[in-house]
Amino acid sequence: MAEIRAEMVANVWKVVATEGDSVADGDTLVILESMKMEIPVLAEGSGTLARLAVSEGDVIQEGDLIAVIE
Amino acid sequence: MPGVPDSVLIANRGEIASRIARTAHRLGVRTVAVYSEADEQMPYLAECDEAVLIGPAPPALSYLNAAAILAAAARTGAASVHPGYGFLAENAGFARQVIEAGLTWIGPPPDAIEQMGDKINARNLMARAGVPVADGSGEPVPDADAAVALAARIGYPVMVKAAAGGGGIGMSAAWNDDQLRAGFETARTRAERFFGNPAILLERYIPAARHVEVQILGLADGRVIALGERDCSTQRRHQKLAEETPSPGVGPALRERMLAAGIRAGEAVGYRGAGTVECLLDTATGEFVFLEMNTRLQVEHPVTEMVTGIDLVEQQLLIADGAEVSFDPDAVTSSGHAIELRICAEDPVRFLPSPGAITRWVAPAGDGVRVDAGYAAGTTVTPHYDSLLAKLVVHGASRAEALDRARAAVAAFEIAGPKTNLPFHADLLNSAEFSSGDYDTSVVSVLRP
Repeated sequence: MAEIRAEMVANVWKVVATEGDSVADGDTLVILESMKMEIPVLAEGSGTLARLAVSEGDVIQEGDLIAVIE
Repeated sequence: MPGVPDSVLIANRGEIASRIARTAHRLGVRTVAVYSEADEQMPYLAECDEAVLIGPAPPALSYLNAAAILAAAARTGAASVHPGYGFLAENAGFARQVIEAGLTWIGPPPDAIEQMGDKINARNLMARAGVPVADGSGEPVPDADAAVALAARIGYPVMVKAAAGGGGIGMSAAWNDDQLRAGFETARTRAERFFGNPAILLERYIPAARHVEVQILGLADGRVIALGERDCSTQRRHQKLAEETPSPGVGPALRERMLAAGIRAGEAVGYRGAGTVECLLDTATGEFVFLEMNTRLQVEHPVTEMVTGIDLVEQQLLIADGAEVSFDPDAVTSSGHAIELRICAEDPVRFLPSPGAITRWVAPAGDGVRVDAGYAAGTTVTPHYDSLLAKLVVHGASRAEALDRARAAVAAFEIAGPKTNLPFHADLLNSAEFSSGDYDTSVVSVLRP
């Protein structure tokens, strides 16, 4: 199981993946926006996207859970 | 008798709001700041005579909220509006609203903003005015198939751009049909999202190029003059990180041709005030092409001020009021060399944003050192706006002296809290590429592969 957490304060611009998807290492799960930059959040490892903890428009803090891959 | 407006509302935030306020105060102009709920602690508010809250943190509700800004101007009796750069600075509709409200717009005529704001229109206009342009599309490219067909004519590599774009958003280079199709779709999505206009253009891409721009000034009497060039080849994500003047890649004959082209560009749109004509200089052929015109004060304007001794904000205020500039336009001289480094809240390796509270801030000072800062100790960098914290500008009698001063100033700059790109600037200034002056727009990717 791999937890993916936010590296910085950001707004969730786009949720690309859906819970239950099979994802491969490096797939884009979510696109964040901070300081006028788009920051893609990538799958770290392959598996099933067991949990997607954010929705579009959310403001997330550094360390917040974004997704869980099993 | 025209002079300068007696008061100015600064429709911006951060370092540029502070910088405009400094000149305004020197000239005895009353200043009005505007701010969002996220910016209540920002230093520029204390540097202005008055400050008006205009809305919540998201830019659309505050710094892009024309109605709120005009209401603040009415409430405070501001006689003029200076837009700075970014936000509403190149919004012709906002400029018109300012003028219709009976205020002085510190910027070019709205028609000039509009004509240059559409990159396809600007390209066509420049070509007619005798300014060199890259081979490319004279009208919007409707879809990916049309883009591929056009690329077959102009030849790869090509650059895909949003016609209404800026800041490098949605821009990408393509070396083959597949990359072009992908780049076209990305550009279209971003163009719609960021600029509300999906029009896309294609231009021949120059792989080894310097980004060199010409500072122009359209005077109140209608003449357009050029105040030298700036080299802005140090970029990441098509956004500038460092600028210098004169450009190490431009000799006297080329400079004369580039400045003449900049003047023709300004004349073609009846330009007034400060503007910048951006060009790409092909290092292989020594030829340059028009890229776009920024119809406002440029972020990197201080390097021009350092070598010419001319305060560009002062000239903007004078020209907007119909007055003569403060210097002799026929006797502009340039002395020494100036370098600007953009100090950003970004990690110095991947350039990812790093918002956070600033716990320590010690800016360098000394001969030939100027710091235009937007933040201070005790302020917080929020995720709502761009990552620029301060501009570190140095001047020296020679490029070598400017480089030495820049290295010392970077080493002396202390910022704790957010990560900053200061370590990157130290590496840049010590790199063989930048030190020698023989570099192009790939310099950052060479240093940070």
